[in-house]
Amino acid sequence: MEYETVIGLEVHVELKTRSKVFCSCSTTFGAEPNTQVCPVCLGLPGVLPVLNEKAVEYAIKAALALNCQIAEYSKFDRKNYFYPDMPKNYQISQYDLPLATGGYVEIEVNGEKKRIRIKRLHLEEDTGKLLHSADVAAAESSLVDFNRAGVPLIEIVSEPDIRSPEEAKLYLTKLKSIIEYTGVSDVKMQEGSLRCDANVSIRPRGSSEFGTRTEIKNMNSFRAVQRGLEYEVERQKKVVEAGGKVVQETRHWDENRGITVPLRSKEEAHDYRYFPEPDLVPLVISRERVEEIRSQLPELPDARKARLMASYNLPAYDAEVLTSSKALGDFFDATVALFPEAKTVSNWMMSELMKYLNANNLEIQEIPLTPKDLADLLKLIDQGTISGKIAKTVFEEMCATGEPPEKIVREKGLIQITDEGAIAQVVAEVIAANPQSVADYRAGKEKALTFLVGQVMKATRGKANPEAVNRILREKLRS
Amino acid sequence: MKLYEMTLAELQALLAKGEVTAREVTEAFVRRVEEVEGAIHALVTFTPELALSQAEEIDRRRRAGEPLSPLAGLPAVIKDNIVTQGIRTTCSSRILENFVPPYDATVVEKLKKAGLVLLGKANLDEFAMGSSVENSAFFKTLNPWDLSRVPGGSSGGSAAAMAAGEAAYTLGSDTGGSVRQPAALCGVVGMKPTYGRVSRYGLVAFASSLDQIGPITRDVRDNALVLGAIAGHDPRDSTAAPLEVPDYTTFLDGDIRGLRIGLPREYLAAGIEAPVRQAVEEAIRLLSDLGAEVEECSLPHTEYALSAYYIIAPAEASSNLARYDGVRYGLRVAGDDLISTYGQTRRQGFGAEVKRRVMLGTYALSSGYYDAYYLKAQKVRTLIRQDFDRALARYDVLLTPTTPTTAFKVGEKVDDPLTMYMSDVCTVPINLAGVPALSIPGGFHQGLPIGIQFIGRPFAEGLLYRVAYAFEQSTAFHKQRPPL
Repeated sequence: MEYETVIGLEVHVELKTRSKVFCSCSTTFGAEPNTQVCPVCLGLPGVLPVLNEKAVEYAIKAALALNCQIAEYSKFDRKNYFYPDMPKNYQISQYDLPLATGGYVEIEVNGEKKRIRIKRLHLEEDTGKLLHSADVAAAESSLVDFNRAGVPLIEIVSEPDIRSPEEAKLYLTKLKSIIEYTGVSDVKMQEGSLRCDANVSIRPRGSSEFGTRTEIKNMNSFRAVQRGLEYEVERQKKVVEAGGKVVQETRHWDENRGITVPLRSKEEAHDYRYFPEPDLVPLVISRERVEEIRSQLPELPDARKARLMASYNLPAYDAEVLTSSKALGDFFDATVALFPEAKTVSNWMMSELMKYLNANNLEIQEIPLTPKDLADLLKLIDQGTISGKIAKTVFEEMCATGEPPEKIVREKGLIQITDEGAIAQVVAEVIAANPQSVADYRAGKEKALTFLVGQVMKATRGKANPEAVNRILREKLRS
Repeated sequence: MKLYEMTLAELQALLAKGEVTAREVTEAFVRRVEEVEGAIHALVTFTPELALSQAEEIDRRRRAGEPLSPLAGLPAVIKDNIVTQGIRTTCSSRILENFVPPYDATVVEKLKKAGLVLLGKANLDEFAMGSSVENSAFFKTLNPWDLSRVPGGSSGGSAAAMAAGEAAYTLGSDTGGSVRQPAALCGVVGMKPTYGRVSRYGLVAFASSLDQIGPITRDVRDNALVLGAIAGHDPRDSTAAPLEVPDYTTFLDGDIRGLRIGLPREYLAAGIEAPVRQAVEEAIRLLSDLGAEVEECSLPHTEYALSAYYIIAPAEASSNLARYDGVRYGLRVAGDDLISTYGQTRRQGFGAEVKRRVMLGTYALSSGYYDAYYLKAQKVRTLIRQDFDRALARYDVLLTPTTPTTAFKVGEKVDDPLTMYMSDVCTVPINLAGVPALSIPGGFHQGLPIGIQFIGRPFAEGLLYRVAYAFEQSTAFHKQRPPL
């Protein structure tokens, strides 16, 4: 029996407004526990929520970037349940009239474009954070930090259009990229500004009815999402093939053991007793406001990728890498504006720049390198002032210090030696010092030449123009 | 006349003329509290030292020639569900018995700017749920007119304190009648403003779409003064109206010629005691003599109001009271695990009526019942509101009794919640509609006060004060004092 996988993803994104969604506390990540709190976000007796307009603007921006329709009229609702990270024991969220509906994200699967539809996007408040003295089940006590309580979140629910863990990863990657471009969130899973839960089910291939689904939580990285989904799909297949039925439940992804375990069964499912939030007025959003926000959207990843491919004749792969973050794409555009050899810029960014960033676990906006610096470096290579090899060392220094290339080259005396006379001198010395290699080369061993070239480069501390060294050596050795 | 028997306006005049200091006034009220508190038990917290130091500060500022508000230096008692920074605020509940708020309610901030002298926090039915203060977790408050009877509720402490002269003015809160009903039973003036007229920030929420803070005072002028000081927009309350606050005292001109007064017949139906009915009839005669046109009208959906209220209010309350769980503040009774800590804390911390309403409200919102109860009740609410809109388009104000009876005996209704709920039958529809209403003394029966209620259009508190003042100045009910 062949099975088809059906996956829907529920993604929560933290909006990076300066203050929380219903009070004016700061949202800065990493502060000392319970220092970014006030009576409102602590749910003290008598307090009331007041909506942060910027959070609404950011939510609309994200929704537009995801091709959603923005509701003219939406409202907030109370989602009631008890948990120690919930100051009021209800969460202000949106239930039946969310901010946005009916969007999509386009992914490319095996060269084919596919649309994953977005059912809805709504605004809600985040909970506090619990720290357990041991794992949840065994802990003797727990500590609560309410700094995060009240931070604005948007919840993005996809339709169950995803058909494999691989597609889920592609969807999540694209979603993250799009939202990162809008600037409304850092969307970093490792910092909790991007979170993902999944609904997974299987059904016989060809069937149009949905199988029983389970909800998977606690997948805290892209890798975890893929592994968690792969595991759960296999688990469900095994259950069904053994003649059993998949139980509708919430399951917890255990990263260490690589399995999902049941968390809540259907009997314990929450009845949230949703009702309209009486402390907030309904959200009425004019079409003018929507268009105003739409006009502030930057060029989004897919559009930018297409433009890079068309304008600069870049291959799809290059364009994909360069548009993986907005800052990277901005950097590319700015560099090409100063040094129009797009493919060269692209190669440098994809190799040397990405190597540096990955090795140091940094993002491009976190290093002092500027587009002008890179453009100038490429000009220096172009002019023959330095060799490509030396340029790599200079580049690394530029990334670390932010110094312009000319300065580094000058201070370190890295100007390429192109003077034929000077090179000839060194060549002569190397020939004299390596009679065996010379003999080997004359006997037909090409490898000996490479060695001799290396010796010349060594003697000139890498500064000799490699092309000239090669030519002059060959000449001298012929005679 | 003793200082504690005077109105705000009379006291303010003495202060302005320098005939008496704020400290002397405050001392008089402190002595009065000491004299009668043992009999009526109106206060959960008594703050005489604070009051005296605040009064002295006002005296200093007056001597320095600083401009002062009309309320400056006059002692107030505030219902204990309104948050006061640094001063215990209990909601008359064990679960907040030792809760000291780190912030002030907006109305308290406003009064402080106006020169507040805080004499104490008044007893109430726990979390404002009740009509007699018999649901207070601490002690009962007694009616100064007859110590074997209830003062009404839930703002019974404020009303009793006002009637007994323990304060120059008081604040209560009204969700289904909790300012007006005790004002009526205690022979004082109580206003429930239009929903959104006064900020709810710092009012411990009972039913968010119904709650309003309102003044309980000696007379109509005093009430107008206090409302003017506490009303207005508040950026911390999204439901507070961004409308200007008029000087309500300018409406006190006594002229009601041509005023059209409607008499909703549903409010004079069976269940209204004869003496109360009689007081309303005499009020009609008096108002007609003063030039008003009084005519019977109908608010046809009145009979559904109590039921709708007792679904909507508990539903909202069940959510508003969820935060009292022993985790962040208030009582914590530690159990073996989280659920039992929640359970024990709330079991021990909440009284019977609160539990009753939390359960009712949870049920009304639960899956499978939401449509039949909560949603349906809200639809009925719309019909009730439309009744008022239609009537108030034809009439300037409506006149009704405030309560069906005079003050009942302690213990008389407390074992029968539904009978207790019936005390609110004349007041509850007003909260559902969100319109303003004012209760003033309208007579006496066997020494017990009777209240009459004027209901107005949204944000027409001025007109309510006008008609109430005209009536009041033609009677002497507001001049009587309990034999305490």
